[in-house]
Amino acid sequence: MTAMLEVAELGHTYQAKDGAYTAIADLSFTVGTGELVCVVGPSGCGKSTLLRTISGLIRPTRGQISLHGNEVNGVPDDLAVVFQDYSRSLFPWLTVQKNVEFPLRRNLGRAERRARAAEALEWVGLADAGRKYPWQLSGGMQQRVAIARALAYRPALLLMDEPFASVDAQTRFELEDLLLKVRTEQDTTVLVVTHDIDESVYLGDRILVLSTSPASVVADLKVDLPAQRDQITTRESEAFVALRGEVARLLNVGKTSEEVKARRKANEQQAAKWAEAERAESERADVSRDEAEERATT
Amino acid sequence: MRALTRGLLGVAGFLVIWELFGRSRLVPAEYLPPPSVVAVELVKLLGDEAFLRDVIATVLALLIAVGLSVGIAVPLGLVLGSVTSVRHATRAVVEFLRPIPSVALIPLAIVLLGIGPETKITLAVYAAIWPILFNTIYALDELDPLLVETARAFGSGRVRVLVSVALPSALPFVLTGIRLAATTSLVVLVSVELLAGGSGGIGQFIMEARSGAGRMDLVLAGTVVAGVIGYLVNEGLERAQRRWVGWSSVTGGRS
Repeated sequence: MTAMLEVAELGHTYQAKDGAYTAIADLSFTVGTGELVCVVGPSGCGKSTLLRTISGLIRPTRGQISLHGNEVNGVPDDLAVVFQDYSRSLFPWLTVQKNVEFPLRRNLGRAERRARAAEALEWVGLADAGRKYPWQLSGGMQQRVAIARALAYRPALLLMDEPFASVDAQTRFELEDLLLKVRTEQDTTVLVVTHDIDESVYLGDRILVLSTSPASVVADLKVDLPAQRDQITTRESEAFVALRGEVARLLNVGKTSEEVKARRKANEQQAAKWAEAERAESERADVSRDEAEERATT
Repeated sequence: MRALTRGLLGVAGFLVIWELFGRSRLVPAEYLPPPSVVAVELVKLLGDEAFLRDVIATVLALLIAVGLSVGIAVPLGLVLGSVTSVRHATRAVVEFLRPIPSVALIPLAIVLLGIGPETKITLAVYAAIWPILFNTIYALDELDPLLVETARAFGSGRVRVLVSVALPSALPFVLTGIRLAATTSLVVLVSVELLAGGSGGIGQFIMEARSGAGRMDLVLAGTVVAGVIGYLVNEGLERAQRRWVGWSSVTGGRS
């Protein structure tokens, strides 16, 4: 299996007003073409920082990321992101169809855009919703639109940031199965960031377990479950139960020693600070990228 | 339909009170003619070419003033709202200019521009820029960072984010600004016509009706027409808002 994504010795330190925070210490892993890899870690461990560096929204302070051999330097052309908060990542002034067409506007003509959007909406079972507005749909349907938009872009890598964390349990099962179906049909390489252990086992071909911050890879586990999964029988299977136990143990779940508690609290506080530093940083990155674009055009 | 019926009832009630007040001996009838008298004059005026020319002069000036204000204030607002350094650099000047009443600038405008229609249009633009400018800046402050990140993650550069994300997302606020600006413009236009004269318009018609024969019925007829123009402009823009940006909670549309 060739590597679609290679992350080598990645590290990121935020410079905030009151000091520097290291979100990611040293991360190295690869995602093979066609694989679905879940990254699971405690909250505030630097998962979303990882996702932002891979998607080129922020530049890591150390290490390299390459996407099918090309170093990521700015937002890559063939990468799509699905965010947790669908209601804020779909454009409310555009119809569902136009939302899906949005990323295609840069490179494709009208007819092709339309065809691709219609096709992607069919994959997620929303062939008839194209003329509606996102806010007329349920949360689960909105997240399907976001997935369709990402798929229509035909990304080499589909990044998902806690994609099903904001929908109810039933919808979550449906969307998980939908993701498994379309990734098989479309042969997409997927990296899902989640804090949900069961979800990571159910979805993944592999699971990367991260440590508390600064993040490093604690374990790289192969999921030994049949490719065809089922919400009831898979979750009951011995292999599933064993693996979810292993991941939970690696994440220290349920341990309530004072040390773990204190660390968890510190992490959460840090996460809030990062969010702030991150925003400032992404603005800076935006400016420097524009400068680079300007240089390139002149 | 019910809202319409209620609205009409309100208008009818207002007219009845005005009629009773005008017919009572509380004020001399020539100072405050009742609506029945004003209505007759109004109908006559609507067939009067000179009056219609005044109405057209005011409406045309209004359209030009609003168009110019939008053309100046929206791009300016986009720049000030998205580039923090420029906003800080201009804050003092903006905060100094904004509270100056347009009407206080009439003498200056006349000296610089004469008494043609460009004077009243310039002053109307001066008054109309602020609500549009501030609403545009405010809208950019409210822009959801996740929408921007979504667009950026799909490879949109700064300019495309501004045009395809920031601008449409700001539109509901901008339209509200335009609606406020249009009403303000009308007030300024009629005031300047009234105070400075020379360029026609409803304000000048009102002034002339008052000063010559002291025809308060004509004054009030002109005033009613100015009010109706203001109402229609506001109503039209509200409809446009509901239709174009019905997705937004700002307009209270379907959502």
